[in-house]
Amino acid sequence: MTHAEQPPMIRVRGLTKAFGDNVVLRGVDLDVMPSQVVVVIGPSGSGKSTLLRCCNGLEIGQAGDIEVCGKPLLAAGKMMPESDLNSLRQEVGMVFQSFNLFHHLSVLENITLGPRKLRGTPRHEAQEQARELLRKVGLDHKADAMPASLSGGQKQRVAIARALAMRPRVMLFDEPTSALDPELVGEVLKVMKMLASEGMTMMVVTHEMGFAQEVADAVIVMDGGGIIEAGPPSQIFGQPTQPRTREFLQAVLTRV
Amino acid sequence: MNLDFSPVWANWQDLLNGTLVTIELVAVSLACGCIIGLLVGIGRLDPTRRVIYGLCSAYVAAIRGTPLLVQLFILFFGLPHFGILLPAFVCGVIGLSIYSGAYISEIVRGAIQSIDRGQVEAARSLGMPARMSMFNVVLPQAFVRMIPPLGNEFIALIKNSALVSLLTIHDVMHEGQKIISVSYRSLEVYLAVAVIYFVLTGVTTYALRRIELRLRAGGMVQ
Repeated sequence: MTHAEQPPMIRVRGLTKAFGDNVVLRGVDLDVMPSQVVVVIGPSGSGKSTLLRCCNGLEIGQAGDIEVCGKPLLAAGKMMPESDLNSLRQEVGMVFQSFNLFHHLSVLENITLGPRKLRGTPRHEAQEQARELLRKVGLDHKADAMPASLSGGQKQRVAIARALAMRPRVMLFDEPTSALDPELVGEVLKVMKMLASEGMTMMVVTHEMGFAQEVADAVIVMDGGGIIEAGPPSQIFGQPTQPRTREFLQAVLTRV
Repeated sequence: MNLDFSPVWANWQDLLNGTLVTIELVAVSLACGCIIGLLVGIGRLDPTRRVIYGLCSAYVAAIRGTPLLVQLFILFFGLPHFGILLPAFVCGVIGLSIYSGAYISEIVRGAIQSIDRGQVEAARSLGMPARMSMFNVVLPQAFVRMIPPLGNEFIALIKNSALVSLLTIHDVMHEGQKIISVSYRSLEVYLAVAVIYFVLTGVTTYALRRIELRLRAGGMVQ
């Protein structure tokens, strides 16, 4: 697929962010093109989750620019107005490490809440659509279950379905498998691979190197609040140029 | 010692009427107190909204820091100095509402703040405005956590309502004292009044417990 003539879905320039004295992002530049899967890796504390959360306004950058779906989320360190942010977020799906399903709602209600409240979709139509999404993530039999009765992998697949129900143009994944038991990681990655193959634009923070190698169009390595290396997976995993990248990959890939 | 409960039986209708006044007074005050508590509790969530936060905090501090009896007397005996003459029952409702509202606001605030941040982040990430996520995601979950401390507050209010007998409101306490003034059987009558309050608080406890169990069974608790 050629992206050259299209504008990027996410465009980050000179993004800087500090929590008090602790600078977590120092001038990050990044492009995510339509239908591209960009995987962000790096040691913990490198700023990758913060970068991702800045892309839907959950964290606010102090300097720099972020454009999402062509709209200026952050312009010269200034956030777009709250009402614009709310409509922009409808186009940006977010999946969290800790799932964050609404505990008081059934699986089906978790998925229909957004479309019903924000898009005014009639209940029946929203439910129809939710069941379709549940089939897609292999959980149509769990429509009436409460989140507390699901396994971690099931919760995360419902969370993905909930995000998809808003028909987002881009999906952000913040370590979606890090809180899962090892045997449940596969079912979530499978859903993510399916999304990627359907052409969904995705930005994924993860420690799953296998997923990055197999699915990513571009891999970004972060350390100390900056991007130290970026390129296709074959290059990052095959011939990393930065010693820090090699160190990190060695530590991750050789763990026992 | 010989106990003579005959004045209690002879005047059971007065006690019943008093009990109904107490129930009415407490029910209205609780409803108003819950509304006040919800608004003030939400008003105290965000210290950066200085005016709202400051006003709500001052209210809670003033009401929790002074005796309920003094507050009731200010309403009943103090306000007429400004030409505001309210019926005794209205004074009682206002006093009890304002008083319980201060305590309920702290219950509301605590329950809301105990809800995991991730719930709000998930709601906001879907595109929900702050208020929508509060009412659709946070409050329904916070409500379940409010029930046990609210039960304490309801019980305290039922018992505190006895103070309004001093405002000439004909509640069960007031009716009891009236019977005593004629019969001089204070122990027996006060025992009867105590039993009535005990039944009222007991029914309240039971009802709230049932509601909590039902909500838990419905899976509303993680």
